[in-house]
Amino acid sequence: MNNFGVLPMSEEIYDDEDLDLSTLADDELVEQMHDDLYDGMRDEIIEGTNILLSRGWSPDKVLNTALVGGMTIVGVDFRDGILFVPEVLSAAGAMKGGMAILRPLLAETGAESVGKMVIGTVKGDIHDIGKNLVAMMMEGAGFEVIDLGINIPVETYLAALEEHKPDILGMSALLTTTMPYMKVVIDTMVEQGLREDYIVLVGGAPLNQEFGDAVGADGYCRDAAIAVEMAKEMVAQRRAA
Amino acid sequence: MADSQPTIIAPALIICCSALLREILDFCKLNHWSHFEVQTITAELHNRPEKIPAAVKQLIDAGKQRGQQIFVGYADCGTGGLLDALLSQENVERIPGAHCYEFYAGAEQFAGFQEQQLGTFYLTDFLVRHFDRLVIRGLGLDRKPELLPVYFGNYCKLLYIAQSDDQKLQLQAQQAAEKLGLDYQYEYSGSGGLGHALSSFNRQIAVQLVQ
Repeated sequence: MNNFGVLPMSEEIYDDEDLDLSTLADDELVEQMHDDLYDGMRDEIIEGTNILLSRGWSPDKVLNTALVGGMTIVGVDFRDGILFVPEVLSAAGAMKGGMAILRPLLAETGAESVGKMVIGTVKGDIHDIGKNLVAMMMEGAGFEVIDLGINIPVETYLAALEEHKPDILGMSALLTTTMPYMKVVIDTMVEQGLREDYIVLVGGAPLNQEFGDAVGADGYCRDAAIAVEMAKEMVAQRRAA
Repeated sequence: MADSQPTIIAPALIICCSALLREILDFCKLNHWSHFEVQTITAELHNRPEKIPAAVKQLIDAGKQRGQQIFVGYADCGTGGLLDALLSQENVERIPGAHCYEFYAGAEQFAGFQEQQLGTFYLTDFLVRHFDRLVIRGLGLDRKPELLPVYFGNYCKLLYIAQSDDQKLQLQAQQAAEKLGLDYQYEYSGSGGLGHALSSFNRQIAVQLVQ
């Protein structure tokens, strides 16, 4: 879905500048928010989020229907090569605007977390675009996310596992020179008898399934949407066991 | 053709990233090597490194059909070992190292750069020449300048590892650093590990001469 499917017949009848979001019915507003998210329009997403809340929508309904629904469309079009990284980053920036409003409200409602994830970019690596996207999409899917940041040594990962007791450890790397550090972390977990206590997911541009298998991860996540799907499935399996 | 004139047949093939073409041709010219054929793959594949092995394989297959000896002018270049897996099957060598910054600077010196300053963004001559196309437009910063901190917020310094001593490129590299809001540093590498790798391949190949 995108804005290119139907061309406006004239500027008079299609002028976003004049569009008053508050005049739209709920379903029209959600559809407009999907378009605005697709176009990375942060202010409009913030406005739409506030309007839906003011109409009595629960925070998790706004999150799932308007924001996650919109980002799912973005994710599909990215995977299909219709959208590229800059557009995805703009969409993510817009979603963050909505999330900033919803996060405290979701915490207040005390909704049960789908699961908990500790995530960070490995030691020697400062790249966090993919890691941030995963963290945001996981949060959007109802996970509690503890983001350790960048350049994370094994000691910090292990301390975070001890402190937060997550279901999942997520590690990211962009460089072929830093991605082997994931094995250092996993091997240390094995040495300390911790490996089986956590689901370990890895991701990053130079990684692939073979690498994920070789370092002993439970899953290699090609993109943020796959990370969410995999995380949900693995946590559910583990809890059912 | 006079009997005394040797003719080189099946010139050795160098398959390389287009980012290395100029430097490879310069190095061949400097050494008076006329027995190489160079075929390039667009440097834009660095944004989709998973596609590099298939592109290399296509050119290897064609080269082998022509009976050429082959060298691959790539480092790992973000393929995460996939290129090495292919080259091992094909019994073809590549330039040692993870990427061009490393083999130009030399592994030891590059490790030193990394240790000095995590968050260094590297440019080579090629990347300086094509900075606006590959970095600014490639990352969409021309359309979405607000994404600059998203891409470069964790970087501190731009290090230009130069293959040539070119004042104009140095000025352009400085301007690139300013555009990205990074400190600037310059290091001259010359052909570095690329030259060593080509020389090694040149010693290995058997040039067939026909009288």
